[in-house]
Amino acid sequence: MSATVPPPTTRRRWPVVADDQYDGSRIPSRIPTVLEMPPELRDTEDVLQVNFGPNHPSTHGVLRLIVDLHGEEVVGVSAVVGYLHTGFEKSMETKTYWKDVTFPERIDYVGYQNNELVFVLAVEQLLELETPTKAKWMRMLLCELNRIHSHLVFLGTSALELGAISMFWYCFRERETILDLFELVTGQRMHTRYFQIGGLAEDIPPGFFPECRKFVEWMPHALDDYKGILDRNEIWLERTKGIGILSARDAIALGQTGPILRASGVDWDLRRDQPYLHYDQVDFGVPVYPEGDVYARYRVRLDEMAESTNIVRQCLDKLERMEGMPWIADDRKVVLPPREELHTSMESLIHHFKIVTEGFRVPEGEIYVAVESPRGESGCYLVSDGGPKPWRVHFRAPSFVALEATATCLENTLIADLIAVVGSLDAVMGDTDR
Amino acid sequence: MSGWARVPGYVSHRDGPEMPTVTVETELIREACEHARDQLGFDMCVDVVATDYLGWGGEGVSGYIGTSTGRDLMHPMTQGLQVLPELKPKRFSVSYHLLALRQGAPRARLQCWADEGEHVASVVSVWPTCDWHEREVYDLMGIVFDSHPNLERLLLPEDWEGHPLRKDYPIGGEPVRFSDAE
Repeated sequence: MSATVPPPTTRRRWPVVADDQYDGSRIPSRIPTVLEMPPELRDTEDVLQVNFGPNHPSTHGVLRLIVDLHGEEVVGVSAVVGYLHTGFEKSMETKTYWKDVTFPERIDYVGYQNNELVFVLAVEQLLELETPTKAKWMRMLLCELNRIHSHLVFLGTSALELGAISMFWYCFRERETILDLFELVTGQRMHTRYFQIGGLAEDIPPGFFPECRKFVEWMPHALDDYKGILDRNEIWLERTKGIGILSARDAIALGQTGPILRASGVDWDLRRDQPYLHYDQVDFGVPVYPEGDVYARYRVRLDEMAESTNIVRQCLDKLERMEGMPWIADDRKVVLPPREELHTSMESLIHHFKIVTEGFRVPEGEIYVAVESPRGESGCYLVSDGGPKPWRVHFRAPSFVALEATATCLENTLIADLIAVVGSLDAVMGDTDR
Repeated sequence: MSGWARVPGYVSHRDGPEMPTVTVETELIREACEHARDQLGFDMCVDVVATDYLGWGGEGVSGYIGTSTGRDLMHPMTQGLQVLPELKPKRFSVSYHLLALRQGAPRARLQCWADEGEHVASVVSVWPTCDWHEREVYDLMGIVFDSHPNLERLLLPEDWEGHPLRKDYPIGGEPVRFSDAE
């Protein structure tokens, strides 16, 4: 097993910030997110403005980039987002908390489980509701499976964009297994709505553990396959190494988090450094690479998949011994009563009716909760006025922030590299536009 | 954290379960942010978020759904508040969630308040990441950030009217038959 789990490049505690990959700052000085054409090129006729997207297949959904090209050189770029804006935050204000749980998953539709988690955690913190330990371990397990799933989608699609179509099939083979596991537990392949405020919606079904074990045993071999395809592939290395460099200082100034920040040499992972759930009780490494290029971002995500597999294994070890333990908090004012009680207990029936129709009240307050989603810090800012619906919900979307770095990463690159760079930022447009 | 009282424009400080909230005067928000970055080590601005408190704590407002008639959709159920929430100084709050990454990573929330039409100074010069965050706040909440280099709508089309996250923005919806409004 240890052969496939890379040694974490550093296990020291932060602050560990790598030396800057280049001197000074490359963030465009006037507008930080727009790379503007140099004035001496403006009046020449050599510059071609290309509208890239919003429906171009390699722009990861509906991202639109307006690119100024001088030959093959990218001399100007500005990202236009908003094509997938669906007003989730406004919609959530009009629903009760109980019904709101379905929304966050659809915001980041690849890292859905982590988004669901952050909203549920925020409500639980305002309620000061303690969740059973079994629910915490299961949440961790599903979040890590979801992280592997998300990184597989990243790896498959970004390799596909650079011409390695076989990579896509390999990645989606394992992704399919993960989705089957989700279906086994929750009945849904994606957007599970399995996390409930207070714990889990249902107990873990029989048969899940052996299936998940099989996956955990298989995943390291799959990672070997990926490395076999890409790691000594001359084209892949040429197209990713030294491309789209972002220095540690610029990454922090641009608010980058997650794999992008770690690929720029900043050793920062919320799971380890500001632990939630039971992340302080599992043993895992945080891969950090100092180069700050597309290749480093790929390596971080590849290594994270191995670490996540490790965490899933540790969660399984814990959960297998928790047979019969409660999976949701026993607070009848917030949590739906067990289904079977509805036939026998008037009190339960009333509670069920009240929670579903009217919702439960959440004490007044404002809170910001952050978790490490596959794309970085996914945060939920929640304001409650004491009523059954949130006064304001806001999601701090890591993809949104990642796209702010496009202009900086694309300094001195060629048009072909633009695909690699945008792919490496791994932005999910649902997350960006909300 | 001590040292907050020296932030320019300091008004109040409240400890929360996850991070302290420091309220500063709206006119001095940029100076306060510069102070937070340079003196207190908050090198990363994680998020900028604005909240509209129009009707906060008002009768029948909790769970208010802006149907065309403006009624409380859940009426006649008990949607009112049991306790009136604490009143807010102005209509909008703008919160900056900060993280001191290089210094052991404490978090803090800088907050300032603005009435309708009141401008807030842009802090893009302090943290470049605030570029899109401020544009999003402007787009959805209608708060104007002074001296922002590129203050345009971000998520909505340029010709969109209104700012949807405001509480007085109608969300439409279909009339429900056989309800008491009929």
